[in-house]
Amino acid sequence: MRRMRQLLLLLLIGTAGYFGWMYRPVSPHPWSEADLDTLRSLWFESLPAPPEDLSNAVADDGRAALMGNRLFFDTRMSANGEVSCASCHDPDLEFTDGRHKGRGIGESKRNTRSVVASAYSPWLYWDGRRDSLWSQALSPLEDPNEHGSNRMHIVRFVTTEPTYKSMYAALFGPAPDFADSNRYPSAAAPGNNEELARAWRQMSQQDRQSVNRVFANIGKAIAAYERTLLPERSRFDDYVRAVIDDDRQRQQAVFSNDEVLGLQLFIGAARCTECHNGPLLTNDEFHNTAVLAFPGDLPDRGRIDGVREVIENEFNCLGEYSDDPQHRCPELTFVRTDPELVGAIRTPSLRNLARTGPFMHKGQIDSLAGVLEHYNRAPDAMIGHNEAKPLGLSRPQLRRLEAFLETLAAPSSR
Amino acid sequence: MASWRRCLFVAAMMMVVVASADESNSWLSRSGHFRVSYESDLQPIVINRMHSWVLIVADGDGVPVTGATLSIAGGMPAHDHGLPTSPQVTRELGPGRYLLEGLRFHMNGEWQIEIAIEAGELRDVAVIPLQL
Repeated sequence: MRRMRQLLLLLLIGTAGYFGWMYRPVSPHPWSEADLDTLRSLWFESLPAPPEDLSNAVADDGRAALMGNRLFFDTRMSANGEVSCASCHDPDLEFTDGRHKGRGIGESKRNTRSVVASAYSPWLYWDGRRDSLWSQALSPLEDPNEHGSNRMHIVRFVTTEPTYKSMYAALFGPAPDFADSNRYPSAAAPGNNEELARAWRQMSQQDRQSVNRVFANIGKAIAAYERTLLPERSRFDDYVRAVIDDDRQRQQAVFSNDEVLGLQLFIGAARCTECHNGPLLTNDEFHNTAVLAFPGDLPDRGRIDGVREVIENEFNCLGEYSDDPQHRCPELTFVRTDPELVGAIRTPSLRNLARTGPFMHKGQIDSLAGVLEHYNRAPDAMIGHNEAKPLGLSRPQLRRLEAFLETLAAPSSR
Repeated sequence: MASWRRCLFVAAMMMVVVASADESNSWLSRSGHFRVSYESDLQPIVINRMHSWVLIVADGDGVPVTGATLSIAGGMPAHDHGLPTSPQVTRELGPGRYLLEGLRFHMNGEWQIEIAIEAGELRDVAVIPLQL
């Protein structure tokens, strides 16, 4: 009995000692010159203006942004009159929807990404299956699970509704007249819907082109609005300024010890900046990090399918609806298509991360802690190979990393 | 006499410095058939920016190699992944000077650019290391 008690006591002391050591107060080490360079590279102040979109002549036209803003919130383009872009890209949720997967008329294939700062990305969607904001904006309009509409209906609506009609004409010149029902059916679009595709095939090539031209212009107006959705400074950016200014008092006022330690892990042992780099904390590239398939779904083939789709997409940068006569499209021209892209998914920005859950491309992980746990373990990929290696971080380290990620919160300007 | 010697010594030292600078900025291909160097239009090279290089290819005697076929591969050995883009030599700008377009690096760290060179009967691969 006495022996038992001694053993228990020993166990108790051992456990207390272990947790005491694990959760001991730790002081952050001072920032080195190399750290400072890294911090500066992640800083909001290092973010340039969005790159120009040569394929969209109205990308930076205020009138186009105004028209795009109206279209973005307009449900009348959808098949059931209830879905707009904002149904999934809700401004109150950082232009996401808080769901695992998007929900329009049906359920989308993947998680809704934020529109904020999307003007910076050469690729859109988790698999990069579009290469401009304007070509991306067209895709949900015809997706049966999102707006569920068709381009014939959409161009007719926009070119006859009085406000849009005049806005369109001011930007792009008078739209063609789509009133002749012999030439222009009530509904038509290329794609998998046989009825719509048949109607589309029966139109003359010239008529299909003029519908496509107006459809592309509608996307360009929506893109002009989306380009105005930019991120704002976060507490992290205030901290970096204080570090650059060597203002210790301000540093302590802005960041707790845990947040500083989390940031040190972020740029160090946790290896986050290998992919989450630059002022938007993304390299906009495609990586297989072995996120489990969504329950009931097959593993996502990701970029390998996305790259094929963007190359074939009629609204891509090299296509006839681009406004750049020289078709300067380095990203698409030199795009990579090799099998390493199986299961690769585009790195998301981490700005405002905490407000955009559930996380990952199909919303597979509900919490930030869960995401960190995933990267800490780095399991084998279901398809392709996991580029990430196990991190071996302790619980307190993961908690600090999470505390740091919360400091990236900031409302966007809109 | 002493000053003449000093001049000779300084000149010799300068030659050594120039030669070694030349060596460190150019790379001999694996079988020694070619020497390759590059000029980047992005200076300094930073991550996440699309840019171009001019590849300068010479033979073992330093004579520019014209009309070569160059193909590009590479990646990050430590991460076991390739290049994020598919860069290509699009034209020869002048004797031995080839325009390489479509380069973008998406991570800091150690990269390797492998240039497979085919000129006449000769085939060889030069590897350019790049620390970002």
